[in-house]
Amino acid sequence: MNIPPVNISSILPAAVLSIVGIAVMVAEPFVDRSKKTLLGWLALAGVMAAMLAIYPMSENRGQWYSNLWIVDDYNIFFHVIFLLIAGITILTSLDFLEREEINHPEFYSLLLFATAGMLMMSGANELIMVFIGLEVLSIATYVLAGFRRTDLKSNESALKYFLLGSFSSAFFLYGVALVFGATGSTNLIEIAEALRSSSLQITLVYLAAALMLIALCFKVAVAPFHIWTPDVYEGAPTPVTGFMSVGPKAAGFAVFIRVFMTAFPQIQDRWISIIWMVAALTMILGNVIAVSQTNIKRMLAYSSIAHAGYIAVAFASGSRRGVSAALFYMLAYALTNLGAFAVVTILSRSEDKLTNISDYAGLAAKRPGLAALLTIFLLSLAGIPGTAGFSGKFFIFRSSVESGLLSLTVIGVITTVVSFYYYLYIVVQMYMREPGEEFSDLRVPASLKIALLIAAIGTLYLGLLPTRVLDWSTTAALTALR
Amino acid sequence: MLETTLFYIFSFVAIVSAILVITQRNVVHSAIFLAATLLAVAGIFLTLHAEFLAGVQVIVYVGGILVLFVFVIMLIALNRTEVERQFNRQWTLAAITAAVLVAEFAYVIFRGKETFPLPSATAAAPAIAVTGNSQLVGVSLYTNYLLPFEIASILLLVAIVGAVVLSKKKTAED
Repeated sequence: MNIPPVNISSILPAAVLSIVGIAVMVAEPFVDRSKKTLLGWLALAGVMAAMLAIYPMSENRGQWYSNLWIVDDYNIFFHVIFLLIAGITILTSLDFLEREEINHPEFYSLLLFATAGMLMMSGANELIMVFIGLEVLSIATYVLAGFRRTDLKSNESALKYFLLGSFSSAFFLYGVALVFGATGSTNLIEIAEALRSSSLQITLVYLAAALMLIALCFKVAVAPFHIWTPDVYEGAPTPVTGFMSVGPKAAGFAVFIRVFMTAFPQIQDRWISIIWMVAALTMILGNVIAVSQTNIKRMLAYSSIAHAGYIAVAFASGSRRGVSAALFYMLAYALTNLGAFAVVTILSRSEDKLTNISDYAGLAAKRPGLAALLTIFLLSLAGIPGTAGFSGKFFIFRSSVESGLLSLTVIGVITTVVSFYYYLYIVVQMYMREPGEEFSDLRVPASLKIALLIAAIGTLYLGLLPTRVLDWSTTAALTALR
Repeated sequence: MLETTLFYIFSFVAIVSAILVITQRNVVHSAIFLAATLLAVAGIFLTLHAEFLAGVQVIVYVGGILVLFVFVIMLIALNRTEVERQFNRQWTLAAITAAVLVAEFAYVIFRGKETFPLPSATAAAPAIAVTGNSQLVGVSLYTNYLLPFEIASILLLVAIVGAVVLSKKKTAED
């Protein structure tokens, strides 16, 4: 019996997050009731420590733990995205939890565990690892969605997410079982090798890939598996909605790209056409339905569906450039959307009062700074030049044109134009309408200022100087496509 | 031959009782059919020579989890669930959709018979019976699957914390 080497450095960021997550709960009884927010800062310190831990991890490239875990540029890129998401979410939550009187430090623990689950997903080289990472992420997120326990909408959000989410997890697991039945392995590289040999029960593999595709489409919320999104996003506490709209989505795509590009390249001509249809449907449905929304959280929910559609376009190009564009877009979208949700968090009151779009009328006159920031984020979501969203969409559509997906690109561009309407409508509300709501008693705590600053700088940086990050995402994409 | 027959019997029992679990109105009946499903799955494990897994299935699921279910059923108010309508009235629509789907699958499989040969029924002969499979499970958990095994502990922790967070009583603090 040979015991495979244990290499802690290669999983250090996830290990740090898990330990800090436990430490937050252990420390809770010793912290005075009025100072519970300190534990949030502890969690934030944990995220920063995990960020630093990426460095020792990147020194240990290769496959570890009997090839279950892989450290490559792709994984490192996603580690950075996930930890940024976790950090900004904590910064957004610190004041929110206190204000809503749900300041239980378990919130931060669950957030850290969810992030650890995402880290596990991006580095998984094996389907069982993917599944366990996915479950850690999902279960923590179900609870976070229902964290306002006394609020019926929050309960509804958690219950809907839980029921449909566990159903989709079952789909994934069934797919894993079938792929194991057909190829005798759950390792992505071994599956690809088995597929190259001819004597294979290919029907089973098709079925398995289809089941996994359904499960992952659910997790990233693309049409026709997006129905749960608006209700779940609307009911969840606002910082959690921000987290859910970027974190699990990016993690889902990380797995999606890794599994299908590494394990199923042999049957790419089959699944790529499905992704094509999914992308087209998602962009159309997401953008068109977003137009008619009156609540900003629901509007951003549909907008997040639409953005998943754009990422699916990049994925459908099936090329290295496509994957690179998808990675870049996920980073750009994460920063922008978290920024937008941070502003929504600041403006909303308890029980989600003031989250209607009409409440934003005349905001610019009262709070010019917040209005300007929200404008930047909305313009970036729409894809106006100079913002991260524009660079992201540009790279995506360039890759899809290069791969010959002309009609998909046309659909993408047209739906982007549609999206201008509902993003700019809010800008119009803020700048050109008479103020209806008094925003005078509004305070913007330091934590939220930092969150907004990171998001805004990131949005503008990726919009004006995208090349460095794009080069990095291209390297990352290269390692994902062997 | 015997194994194949047993497999079909166990699968039939498992599927039929699984359907009964979700269609029974009385929760206690559901729980009993769930026990039947789980035992049938344990039977399938036995036909695959996975005696250890079969034992675990019986002890953990039937002996542990199901008993908890029954306790919970005992503690909550049962009378209401029997009165409440469990399903929406879309049986017809669901049946039509399912029929269309079945027809579609049948067509695809029928047309694709030549291109994609259906899996032949050669079950992989289990070569593990020699070492004793509890040892085998243990070894693979602590060597090859060490990392997922450790993450599973985080998963359990998340589930426990989540359950406590969502269900603890409202305190004066809230």
